[in-house]
Amino acid sequence: MARKITYQQAINEALSQEMARDPSVIVMGEDNVGGMGADGEKDAWGGVLGVTKGLYPKYGDRVMDTPITESAFIGAAIGAATCGMRPVAELMFIDFMGVCFDQIYNQAAKFRYMFGGKAKTPVVIRTMYGAGFRAAAQHSQCLYPLFTHIPGLKVVMPSTPYDAKGLLIQSIRDNDPVIFCEHKLLYTLEGDVPEEIYTVPFGEANVVREGKDVTIVTLGRMVHICMEAAGNLAKKGVQCEVIDLRTTSPMDVDTILESVEKTGRLVVVDEASPRCNIATDVSAIVAQKAFSALRAPIEMVTPPHTPVPFSDVLEDLYVPNAAKIESAVVAVKGYRE
Amino acid sequence: MTTQPSREDLLKAYRMMKTIREFEERVHIEFATGEIPGFVHLYAGEEASATGICMHLNDNDKIASTHRGHGHCIAKGVEVHGMMAEIYGKKTGTCGGKGGSMHIADLDMGMMGANGIVGGGPPLICGAGLAAKFKKNQGVAVAFVGDGGSNQGTTLESLNLATVWHLPCIFVIENNGYAEATSSKWSVSCKDIAERAQGFGMPGVMVDGHDFFAVYEAAGEAVRRARKGGGPTLIECKLNRYYGHFEGDAQTYRGPDEVKKLRETRDCLKNFARKVTAADLVKQSELEAIDKDVVALIDDALAKAKAAPKPGPKDLLTDVYVSY
Repeated sequence: MARKITYQQAINEALSQEMARDPSVIVMGEDNVGGMGADGEKDAWGGVLGVTKGLYPKYGDRVMDTPITESAFIGAAIGAATCGMRPVAELMFIDFMGVCFDQIYNQAAKFRYMFGGKAKTPVVIRTMYGAGFRAAAQHSQCLYPLFTHIPGLKVVMPSTPYDAKGLLIQSIRDNDPVIFCEHKLLYTLEGDVPEEIYTVPFGEANVVREGKDVTIVTLGRMVHICMEAAGNLAKKGVQCEVIDLRTTSPMDVDTILESVEKTGRLVVVDEASPRCNIATDVSAIVAQKAFSALRAPIEMVTPPHTPVPFSDVLEDLYVPNAAKIESAVVAVKGYRE
Repeated sequence: MTTQPSREDLLKAYRMMKTIREFEERVHIEFATGEIPGFVHLYAGEEASATGICMHLNDNDKIASTHRGHGHCIAKGVEVHGMMAEIYGKKTGTCGGKGGSMHIADLDMGMMGANGIVGGGPPLICGAGLAAKFKKNQGVAVAFVGDGGSNQGTTLESLNLATVWHLPCIFVIENNGYAEATSSKWSVSCKDIAERAQGFGMPGVMVDGHDFFAVYEAAGEAVRRARKGGGPTLIECKLNRYYGHFEGDAQTYRGPDEVKKLRETRDCLKNFARKVTAADLVKQSELEAIDKDVVALIDDALAKAKAAPKPGPKDLLTDVYVSY
């Protein structure tokens, strides 16, 4: 039965239900228990934002604190995965991938291919991304395109509590390494989530709004900003079709192409830095595979090619907003109308 | 408590070391013909280390290796025919020709991979140790690391994590004196890498890595401790490689007779043979019989590798994911 819970609670519930079902699922990360070695109560934190809170009292040693040593513990999660465990490791901020990327892209991503199909690495790396938290340049990035670039990794970008739970359960059960990206501004978002266990498959985009005029392809938190823009545009008589990619690797190219064949106009909205991001990738695919359907140049709405600024004024300018998306839609709609 | 190898163990150890040596000497010769693609890093001269450690390991135990990984593979029981074919990039190789010399892995044998990234193995071995702890199978996990890798952050972080998590891990630092062409006397900040163990709260021992018996004894104690839940150990094996960093390395950084002298005075196989025959533990004729077997085995592996088919175009796209 569905009831309203937050994105953060949905993630916690997915972890808890999978841990109850499968003893090989373990959880680790900085402060994931939260009181190790300190005088305070264990389970004080449950991760820096409390996402894993409550798991330690239920599952004991299967929830592990780590030193701040991302290379060692992300690598350990990967090594344990090749030895039959299903670890879910929390890389607190996606920005910290820089200190452990080798273990992810040279080790986990390549084992299966390099070892001739004999390795299985069912590891999930949960990580927090995105701007809007006034957290400045080293705690606000959207580095998911870097992971999407790497063959051997799967990249998951839930936008709602429902998807967060279903995609995380799928990630844990999946036999390949998965980078599970959680937008920090979505943690408090409420939505309908069934109590029972379910999965959301990878590579199946969600058409969150149907429309005949312009296709908007987006992902993660931007789905909500695009829906706001689409609502405003509908009042002006422009019908947008909004596609939530859900996963960037694998990517549901068919759903994008079908929509563009129908609308002939495409806006791609991506919170990641503008070069070699998901927007450029989707644009290239559409330009290559649906060129004849296009009735206007593709528009991309992204932040500028700068680090994420700290000051609230600057950060608000940096992150794509509904007004920018609406302008882009109006531009493609108005092109040779 | 010391570890005395049985007669069967001695014969097994000699066969293991001889197999590694013969494998590497033959790859050295064959590489010069130009038929072997890519990079090859040979382990010849270091056999006592892989053997002295792996003699204590069973199928539950895991190892992670380095770019210089052939010896570790053989010592952990990876089959030489598959290895040779892999080095030739053949479909019959251990990894179907998709890994090559630097990525030979056989997870069924507990061999988690040679590794093209210096310091890539220790974090993975923390994970293998962690899995053994959860499975309560008394498994032990061993990371082989070079003197170059001993300076990597991944290695140092793993030493810390292994102690913090109290893991059944052993870090074997094979100090062969050179990280590529750079002397470890210059690149390592302390006199002996074994000293670093103390800073990470684990026992650190230094052994003569040319001496099978020294390695075997140190490894025996470390493995026993790990199996009993006593936590990690660092073992530094001081040893030498007989060839360059990679095949084709002119080794201008080494003294003119350095390797010749090592082969004459420090060779692990010669010293092993001398010791066991002098003590009348094994007959010279038994060792000679092993030599003959091993030469025939490597001859056969080489012939089959050369004759084997290469992967087909379809193999390019397979095994990126379990499912996608």
